[in-house]
Formats: sequence, structure tokens, C-alpha cells
Amino acid sequence: MKIIENIFKFNGGVKAQTRKSISTKVGIQKIGIPKYLKIPLRQHIGNLPKLKVKEGDVVLKGQLIAEADGSVSAAIHAPTSGKIKSIEKILLPHPSGLPDYGVIIESDMKDKWIKKIPINWAKIGVEATIKALQNSGIVGLGGAAFPSHLKMGSKATKINTLIVNAAECEPYITCDDMVMRERSEDLINGIELVESLLGAKNTIIGIEDNKPEALSQLQFHTKSHKNISIKVVPTIYPSGDAKRLIFLINGIKIPKGKRSSEYGIQMFNVATIIAIYRYISFGEPSLSRITTISGNITKPQNYEVLFGTPLKALINQSGGQKIKNDNFIMGGPMMGFKLPSIDVPVTKAMNCVLGAEPEMIEDKKEPLPCIRCAKCAEACPVSLQPQELYWFSKSDQFEKAQEYKLFDCIECGCCSYVCPSNIPLVQFYRYAKSELISEFRAQEEADVARERNEFRIMRLERERQERAERNAKRRAQSSKEEKSKLIDEKRAAISAAMDRIKEYEKKK
Amino acid sequence: MLENYLLIMVSTVLVNNIVLTKILGLCPFMGVSKKLETSISMSAATAFVLTIGSMTSWAINHYLLEPNNLVYLRTLTFIVVIAAVVQFTEMLMQKHFPVLYKMLGIFLPLITTNCAVLGIPLLNAQASYGLVESAFFGFGGAIGFSFVLILFASTRERLEGADVPEAFKGSAIAMITAALMSLAFMGFIGLDR
Amino acid sequence: MLIAILVLILLALIIGLVLGFSSIKFKVKGDPIVEKIDAILPQTQCGQCSYPGCKPYAKAIASGEADINQCPPGGEDGVKALAELMGVEYKPLDESHGITKPKSVAFIDEDTCIGCTLCIQACPVDAILGAAKQMHTIIEKECTGCELCLPPCPVDCITMEVIEENAENWKWKYPVYSLSKKTAKVQ
Repeated sequence: MKIIENIFKFNGGVKAQTRKSISTKVGIQKIGIPKYLKIPLRQHIGNLPKLKVKEGDVVLKGQLIAEADGSVSAAIHAPTSGKIKSIEKILLPHPSGLPDYGVIIESDMKDKWIKKIPINWAKIGVEATIKALQNSGIVGLGGAAFPSHLKMGSKATKINTLIVNAAECEPYITCDDMVMRERSEDLINGIELVESLLGAKNTIIGIEDNKPEALSQLQFHTKSHKNISIKVVPTIYPSGDAKRLIFLINGIKIPKGKRSSEYGIQMFNVATIIAIYRYISFGEPSLSRITTISGNITKPQNYEVLFGTPLKALINQSGGQKIKNDNFIMGGPMMGFKLPSIDVPVTKAMNCVLGAEPEMIEDKKEPLPCIRCAKCAEACPVSLQPQELYWFSKSDQFEKAQEYKLFDCIECGCCSYVCPSNIPLVQFYRYAKSELISEFRAQEEADVARERNEFRIMRLERERQERAERNAKRRAQSSKEEKSKLIDEKRAAISAAMDRIKEYEKKK
Repeated sequence: MLENYLLIMVSTVLVNNIVLTKILGLCPFMGVSKKLETSISMSAATAFVLTIGSMTSWAINHYLLEPNNLVYLRTLTFIVVIAAVVQFTEMLMQKHFPVLYKMLGIFLPLITTNCAVLGIPLLNAQASYGLVESAFFGFGGAIGFSFVLILFASTRERLEGADVPEAFKGSAIAMITAALMSLAFMGFIGLDR
Repeated sequence: MLIAILVLILLALIIGLVLGFSSIKFKVKGDPIVEKIDAILPQTQCGQCSYPGCKPYAKAIASGEADINQCPPGGEDGVKALAELMGVEYKPLDESHGITKPKSVAFIDEDTCIGCTLCIQACPVDAILGAAKQMHTIIEKECTGCELCLPPCPVDCITMEVIEENAENWKWKYPVYSLSKKTAKVQ
């Protein structure tokens, strides 16, 4: 173990009040098993997983209830034992507030595990292990919820360095901090495991300097590990953003459109590493996570929560809001969004829930016109021109916004934070981005339709030609003999008819 | 000598700007300045026509009209020559830059009747410049035109996003902006010693 | 006077020669603008523009035969984009060709369907699956919502269903915030 001293400071960023200590006074506590668990199928980036159970089925804890569909997808497991009560649309912790498919499990309170099958990765090989990981349901637990097996299996490029993201730069959030304090042994074991799966030679843990307790735990447990080093980075938001952290540690700027793996670097969040370790060594799939509940809350702290637990249970356990305003934010104060309803379950991406402090409620801030002070440009960690992006997004000039690299924006919220006019800049970027994305999607659909229409026209033409050819062939085939035979037959028929007419007239 | 050419350039681009000081060529100035991209292509087309036009007009003036005492036919012949040059540019463009051709649309033929394009050769003839001087004068005028047109187009693009009062939206605010730009360009008169 | 006429005739001759020559030299074959127009059209292939598909309509616009405001699925934005491309003035959608409807897909009531294959023949993008006397169904992803399958159906078992907002196609809304009296005054 060694501590690397020199760091590379990135442009911009903000030094916000971290307010982390309020939720680290008590250790991680468990939330009891609720009577009903609502498990949304969409808890990750990518395809909706395929359902493997039906209503009325009895499931055990850890049993697969939905299987990953395609590679960009993640499985869902039953967080506890019980009966599938129903499969219906449930509200998601998503800014839209729209319902989506989910499974409701009625818990039998026994919490009976399915047989856990650890993976002997040394025996079955790395590739098979990564494949098995797809059924673990593990996604990035830092909040992005990107399926983890995809980050493991980049065969094309060689990974030299594993970076463990322990920066946790957003104010209030302390779930990673608490995990490192209490479970650093698991973390170090996990690092060794992930390192060997990736084929990485060394590991660097990037941690912000505001977590001394976690740091000392890590130092203690990595004493005998030569290939694991710790880098303490200054507390500047957003140091926990993947590309920012890589720059802080290695001084490597990953250009737009490239992945860190192309530079021999892969990054995992601490909680994700522990989840991978628990799955491979003990056969425990992703069933729960540590969630911080903080902010305007009576007893802010960290809880280990089963996925699907109603958020209300978490709120009630922590004593509810100090000042009642019924506004809750999922994620941190910088990047999070206001939950449209608290009638939602805890999901894989829910790293933090904040009871909104009065100053966090948007309606209370009064936006003023932009005064072109360019403070946002100074604060932008991606070196964009937020004031220009705002100008173009506001007036629906999306093409222009795109020219100003709208899609490089990481929505960190630094610009909104420093804006003296209180303009909700990120909201405008999100709006412009989703408008553009839906435009792209429409364009894609139109391209498919055009292709299919062109193919249909070609096919009809081809069929017409084929038919014409067939007819021509048939005509040519019928020989002269057959033709004369046909003519004879017709003549015979005609004469027969004439005879009949004659007979008829005779009778008359 | 070189100093003279430089002087012609500076004076046509800034001091005697064809659009904002001489108030010529206002039609494309207002019409093709909605988008920066179109304005740039319009500038390029005008620059081409202006330079070639002033050179050919000089040649015709110098070799055909003046020796034969036909100076009174100047306007007439210049119009014909410029129309031909524009026609030629149009065909060239249709062949090689079809999108640009469609984008400029009606404004390309309009260059023909663009007073800036006719004005520069006439001013040339009045000042009795030589061939190189007329070319510089024509090119300088084109640069001045492009400069102002592109500036104005960029401003108008920004105006799209501005909170303009309802009554001033569209052409009204564009006119006001043009007027303000013209005022600003008056400041360059100070360059004249 | 004579010289003046001669000079003008000479000038006209030279110019005529140059232009005539270059019009042969720079002759444009085909019209690349058709592709550009086709790219703007929504590719529903619905034929509401009174042309049998988007490509023929694009050709008609390029040749000046059709107006730019005959495409209801493209909506006002489509007309605006076309106006910009063609360098003509924007004009509102011609309502005789229909009105813009929200994007929808066809849905076959499989209990009523008799398997006549008429809708399959009508579908411009081959988005209906089925065979004679077998139940038909729509490939939702491929359906453009052109409604061309509605009229041929003898049992009226096809309905158009509007695509509703769901968690996948949801968009962030334009930020709206209320301004207090104090702020309003400043503005």
C-alpha cells in the first residue's frame, strides 16, 4: 500500500458545503422486511429484462425473477422469499412519475434463501465468470445503474489499472463512506477479485480528503497489498465523475466518445465491487444496497435496504422530515431530481434520498435574467460554455446547442450552483437533450421505414417480373399439338351445341 | 504602391463600407442574414461576383467604351456584363454546390440587380482606377459586405433567443440592429486622418 | 451611333457564347435535392400528400410540381424545415390533405380478424405479419401509423392507438418557474 501525493487538478468544479457528517454518526442499519415489495423491472440502463415468473408463483430469496435481455440489460432477483402477488405497472422513482412494469412480492417473512452457488472463477475461467455476472443483476451502484458485466468484458483492450471510485463527491451522500468504514475487508477482497478478472496490474483507490475514517480503514486493510495504492483527492465537486477522477489520478484526459478502457483504465464504484465480490464468492445476487437518507430528516443515516422496499418505510424509520414540506430528492442535491411521489420503491440506482431543505425547493428560488457573468463557464468541469448552451436551449435552437457540445455536458449542476441569477441551467440542458434524443429516434425510425418501403417496392417489382416470366414460360411450353387439340375440343363442343339447337328446333 | 492598395482595401472595408455607409446592397443584407451559414455562402458568392464583375467591367470600360467615346453606355453594359457573370456563377454553383444553390434560392439571381454589385464598378469607373486597383476595390467592397453581413447574421441568430417585445419581433428588431451597426461603423470615419 | 450598336452586339455575342458553352459544360444531371427533401419527410408513406409515398412527393417538390405544405405527419416543423431547405416562404399546412395527428400505431383486434391479407397488401412498410386465413398482427416497431390498412379491412378490426408517454420515451419538460412580483418588476 502506498499513498500517492501528486494530483492533477481539473478545470472548474465547485467547493460546496459537504454536509456529510450529519448522516455518519450512526453505523449502517438494516430496514426490516416489508410485507409487500414492489420491484420495478426497469432499474438499470438498457433493455427491460425478460420476466421468468408468473402471478401466484412462490419464490425464494435470491431467485431469478427476470432474466437479462441482450447484453445491455441486467437481471432482477427476488429480494426475499414470498409469493408473487401480481405483475402490474407501478410508479418508478423516475423524474417522469410515470408507471412501468414491475413485480409485487408478498413476503412470507421467512427470508428463506435459495441455494447459493458461489462461482469458482479460477476453475471456469474469466470469460465464463463474466457471462455468469450478467445474471447477477449487478449494476453500477454509484447512481448510474450501468450493467457491470459490460465493463468487465472488454476483450479488445487490455486493462492495466483498476480505479476504485471512492470519491463520493456529492454533498450529503455518505453510503460509500459508510461502506468503506464498515466493510473495507470485503472491499479489498473484491478489489483483488475484480483486478484478476480484468487482468489489471494495479489498483488505485481515489478517495476525497473529507473521509478520514474510511481512509484509515483502507490504509489498515491494504497494508500488505503492494499493488493497491490510495490517492487522496481534494474535496472538489464533481471529483467523483469518472473522467474527472481519472484525470485527478493519472492526468489522462479521456477525449469525447472514448472509453477509459481504451486507455487501459477501468473504474468501479466501491459498492459495486463489494456486490461483485459477494456474488462470485458467496453466490449472493444483487438484492439490496446501502442508501443514505439525509437532509431535512429527523434521524439522517445509512440503511441497508432490500430492493423493492417502499420508500415510505425508509422515511418512517428515519423519523420523517424535520420541517414538513413533502418534497424528497433522489440522488444528491447537485444531480438529483425531485421525486414526483414518495409512493415508490427503493431501486438499484437509489444511492441517496434527501428530505428537501427549504432552499432546495426550486419554486422558492427566483430566477433572474442571465447577466453574462460567465461564472458558470468558470465552474464547468467539462470546459463548456454553459451560458451559450442555456441561450440556445432556452430558445429551442437545439442544433446550435449541439454545436456547442451539449452532449458533453455531464449534468453535474455546477453551473446552476454558481449562477448568481438562480437560473436552473441543468434543467434547460436536460430539456434540450431529451428533445434532441427524441428527434434522433424519430430520424432512426424514419430511416427504417424508408428502407422497408424501398425494399417493398423492389419486392413488388421483382414479384411482378417473376410472374411475367412464369407466364411467358408457360405459354412457350404449351406445344402446338396441345394447341390443335384444344382447338379440336372447342370445335367439337361448338358442333355439339349446334346439334342440340337443331334438335330443339326440330322438336318445336 | 502597395500602400495605395492597402489604403483602398481599408477604406472600402471599414470607412466607406458599402452596406452601412454607402447604403448599397440592403436587399441581401436583410434577406439572407437569418442564418449564419447562408450568409457566409452568400458572402462568398457576392465576393466572387464583385471581384470578377469589377475586373471585367474595368476591361470593357477601358478597352471598349472609353476609346469609342461610349461612356454614356456604361450603366447599360455593366448591367449586361454583371448579369452574365451572375448567370455563370449560378451555373457553376448548381453543378458543384447544389445545396448552396438551393439555399441561396432567389437571392442568387438577385445579385444581378444588387446595387452593391453595380455600384462598385461604377464607382471604379468614376475614380478611374487601374485594373489591379479596381480588383482591389471590388474585392475590398466584397470583404466589407461579407464582414457586415456575417456580423449581422450572427447577431440575428442570437436575437432568436432574446426576449424581444412582441411588437419588435422579426424585421423590426433587425432594422434597429442594422441601424445601430451603421452608427457604430460611422466611428470608422475617424480613421480618415 | 453605329459604333454603339456594334459594340453592344459584339458584347452580346461574346456573352452569349460564354454562357452557352458553360451551360453545356456545367449541365446538371439528376437532382440531389430530392434526397435532402426525402430526409426531412417523416417516411410514414401514408400518401396523404396525394403522392404514393414520401419519395415521389420529394420528387414532386423538387420539380416544383407539389407545394411544401402537403405533409400532415411532418407537421408544422416539417413544413418549416422544407421551407428553409427550398429557400421559400413558410406557409401553414394545407388542411385539405389532412391534419397532424399524434403519433400512433395500428392495432389489430385478433378476435375479429378473419385473415384476409388485405391489410398486408396495403401496408407500405411490410409491418403486418400473417397469412391467408391466419390471424394477422402488427409489428409495432415497424408501423409508421399511416392508416393505409384501415380502409381495406372488411371487418374493421384495425384501430389506431396513440403512442402514450411512458418511462422510455418520456422527455424532460421546458423548465417553467413562477416569478414573484419583485422579480417581475425587475424584468
